Amino acid sequence: MNMSRPRLSKTLVLSAFAAVVALILTGPLSGLVLEGYDFKTRFSAPLQIAAFVLIVRFIAGLLPESWLAPRQKNEAAPRATRFKTWQLVLGGLLVYIALASLVLIASKYWLSVGILALIYILLGLGLNIVVGFAGLLDLGFVGFYAVGAYGYALGHQYLGLGFWAAIPLAAMLAGLFGMILGFPVLRMHGDYLAIVTLGFGEIIRLVLNNWIAFTGGPNGIDAPAPTFFGWEFKANATQGGVPFHEVWGLDYSSGMLDGFIFLVLLTVVALVIYAVTRLRGMPIGRAWEALREDEIACRSLGLNHVFTKLSAFAMGASIGGLAGVFFAASQGFVSPVSFSFFESALVLAIVVLGGLGSVTGVILAALFLTLMPEALREFSDYRILIFGFAMVLIMIWRPRGMIQQRRPFFTRAKG
Amino acid sequence: MDLYVLGQQIVNGLVLGSTYGLIAVGYTMVYGIIGMINFAHGEVYMVSAYLTAIGLAVLAYFGISSPWLLISLTMVFAILFTSLLGITIERLAYRPLRKANRLAPLISAIGVSLILQNYVQLSQGAKNQGVPTLIEGVFRMGSEDHFFQITYMQMLIVVVALIAMGLLNFVVQKTALGRACRATQQDRQMAQILGIDTDKVIALVFGIGAALAAVAGVLITLNYGSFDFFVGFVTGIKAFTAAVLGGIGSLPGAMLGGILLGLAESLFSGFVNSDYKDVFAFALLVGILIFRPSGLLGKPSVEKV
Repeated sequence: MNMSRPRLSKTLVLSAFAAVVALILTGPLSGLVLEGYDFKTRFSAPLQIAAFVLIVRFIAGLLPESWLAPRQKNEAAPRATRFKTWQLVLGGLLVYIALASLVLIASKYWLSVGILALIYILLGLGLNIVVGFAGLLDLGFVGFYAVGAYGYALGHQYLGLGFWAAIPLAAMLAGLFGMILGFPVLRMHGDYLAIVTLGFGEIIRLVLNNWIAFTGGPNGIDAPAPTFFGWEFKANATQGGVPFHEVWGLDYSSGMLDGFIFLVLLTVVALVIYAVTRLRGMPIGRAWEALREDEIACRSLGLNHVFTKLSAFAMGASIGGLAGVFFAASQGFVSPVSFSFFESALVLAIVVLGGLGSVTGVILAALFLTLMPEALREFSDYRILIFGFAMVLIMIWRPRGMIQQRRPFFTRAKG
Repeated sequence: MDLYVLGQQIVNGLVLGSTYGLIAVGYTMVYGIIGMINFAHGEVYMVSAYLTAIGLAVLAYFGISSPWLLISLTMVFAILFTSLLGITIERLAYRPLRKANRLAPLISAIGVSLILQNYVQLSQGAKNQGVPTLIEGVFRMGSEDHFFQITYMQMLIVVVALIAMGLLNFVVQKTALGRACRATQQDRQMAQILGIDTDKVIALVFGIGAALAAVAGVLITLNYGSFDFFVGFVTGIKAFTAAVLGGIGSLPGAMLGGILLGLAESLFSGFVNSDYKDVFAFALLVGILIFRPSGLLGKPSVEKV
C-alpha cells in the first residue's frame, strides 16, 4: 500500500485524539462504579475502551478512502436472475419441507428458538410494509403485536375464542387498530409521524398495564395452548378434548406443542412471504413505493393517498397482530413487559439492517438478530449494544441496508 | 375543590415543568437548526443523572461536605461531560447523515439511544441508584394536617432553571455566537456563504442542549434521589412533548411548553388519576401533533415542492 507520510501521521494524530475523547467519556461511567452512595474504581475498563477506539480509528484511517465513503446513490443493482415460476414454486416447497422436517429432529429448546425467529420474521415483514414499502416510519409497531397477543388471551378469557378463531380475528383487530392509528396521521410525514406512532404504541402498553380489571395489569394473563381439531398437546386433556398423542398412539413428549406451533407458524410465514412478494408487484404495492418516493407528485397524479397509506398501515398491523397470537400461544402467558418500546426498536433494527423494502433482507436480519445471541452466549449481554452500533453504522455506510433491493423501474428500450 | 391541594399540585407542576423545559430546549434547538428529532437526548439526561451520583460520591471521597459546593461542582462536572458527549454524538452519528434522507438521522439516533442505555447498564449495573438528600427543609403554609408546602430543593430547581434559561436567552439574543446560531437556523447555506462555520455552530447547539439536559438531570436527581438506566426514555418523550407543545424550534416555546405540560400532568394526576398520567402525556403529544403540529408559539411549516 502506498500511503503518503502526511496521511499516516494525520491518522495517528486523529486516532490519538479519538482515544483521548473516548477515555474522557468512558472514564467516569466505566471507571467509577457506583455502590450505594459510594463508588469503587475500575480504571482498566476505560483504558481498554480507549485502546480499542485507538486501534479501530487507526485501522479505519489506513483503509482506502473509497471503502469508507457512504454509498448514498441509488446504484442500479444488476438485474436479478429471473427464475421461472415452476422453479420458484419447487424451490419454495423444498425449503418449506426441509424446515418443517426440523420438527422431527430439533429439541424443545431449539424449537422455541425457531419459533422466536419466525415471530421476528413476521414482525419484520409487517413493519417492512409500513417502513420499507410505504416509507412511513412507525415506532409503535409493538402496539399491534400487543393487540394480537392480548386479543388471543383476552378473547379466550371473555369470549371463549380458540387458537384457530383467534388467528384471523386478531389479525383483523390489529388491522383495524392500524387503520384507526393511520387516520389521524395521514397528514403527517417523516419524524412527526414516527413520534405519533411511538405515542400510540406506548399508550396501548400503558393501558394494558394499568387497566387491571380487564387485562390483569402488570401481572399479565394466561393464554391457552393451541389445539388441533380439538386434540390437545398435553399429557392429559384439560380443555375437554383428547390428547394428541393418544389419538395417534404416540409417546407423549413436552416438545409436541412447540413442534405444532412451529409448523403452523412456518406455514403462516410462508404464506405471508408469498403475499408480500406478490403485493409489491401489484398496483397497491407500486402505489406504496411511489408515495414513499414523492407524495406530492403522486397526489397530483390522482393517486388516492388516504387509501394507500391506510392500507399499508392496516396490512402491516395485521401481520404484527398475527405474530402476537403466535407469541402468546407459544409463551402461554402475556404481560405488558413484552411490549415495550425496545421491541419496536428491535423490529425496526431488523428492517433497517435487512434493507428497507427487501423481503430477503428482512428474513436474514431477523434470523441473524434472534439466532446470534443463542450462538454467541458470551455476547448476549452486549446484544443491544451491537444492535445500536449496527443501526448507526448501517445508516452511515449503507442507508439501504445490507441487501440492496432492486427498485422496480423502467429502462428505455435499446435500439 | 381544596385550595391547598390545588396549590400543591400547581407548585409540583411548576417544578416538574421547569425541568421538562430545560430538556425540551435541547430538542427544540436541534430541530430548529437541522430539522431532526434528537431521539438520544433523553439518554443524555439519563447519563447526567449517573454523573450526579458519581460526582457526589467522588467529592465526598475528597472530604467535601458543604452542600452548595457539592451541588455546584457536580453541576459543572455534569455540564462539561455531557456537552462533550453531545458534541461527540453529533460528530459521529449525525454529521455523516447531514445530506441523507430525513429518516436516516432518526434511525441513527434510536441506535445511539440504545447504545447509551446499554452502555450505562453494562458499566453501572441494572439496579436502581440513589443520591443522598443534600438540601432539607421546607416552606409550609396551613395547619398541621392540612397544608401546602414547597421544599427548598423545589425552590432551587425553579431558580436554577430560570437562571439557565435567562443565560441561554442572553447568549442566543446578544452574543456573536447566538447571532451565528440564529443565522444558521434561518438559512444554513447562506450563513455558510457569509463565513459562518455552520458545522461548528451545529456542534455547539448539541453541546448547549446537552448542557441544559445536564442541569435538569442534576436537579431532578437531587430532588427525587433515585434513578436507573431507563429514566431517559419517558422523560425524554415528555420533554419532546413539551417542545412540540410550545412550538418546536422556538426557545420561549420550549419553556412555556415545559411548564404547561408539567402543570397539566400534575393536575391530572392530582385530580383525575395518577396511574394514567403517562397515558395523558402521550395522548397530549399525539393530540398536539395531529391538530396543531406547529405548537403554541411555532410557525406553521409550509410544504413546498
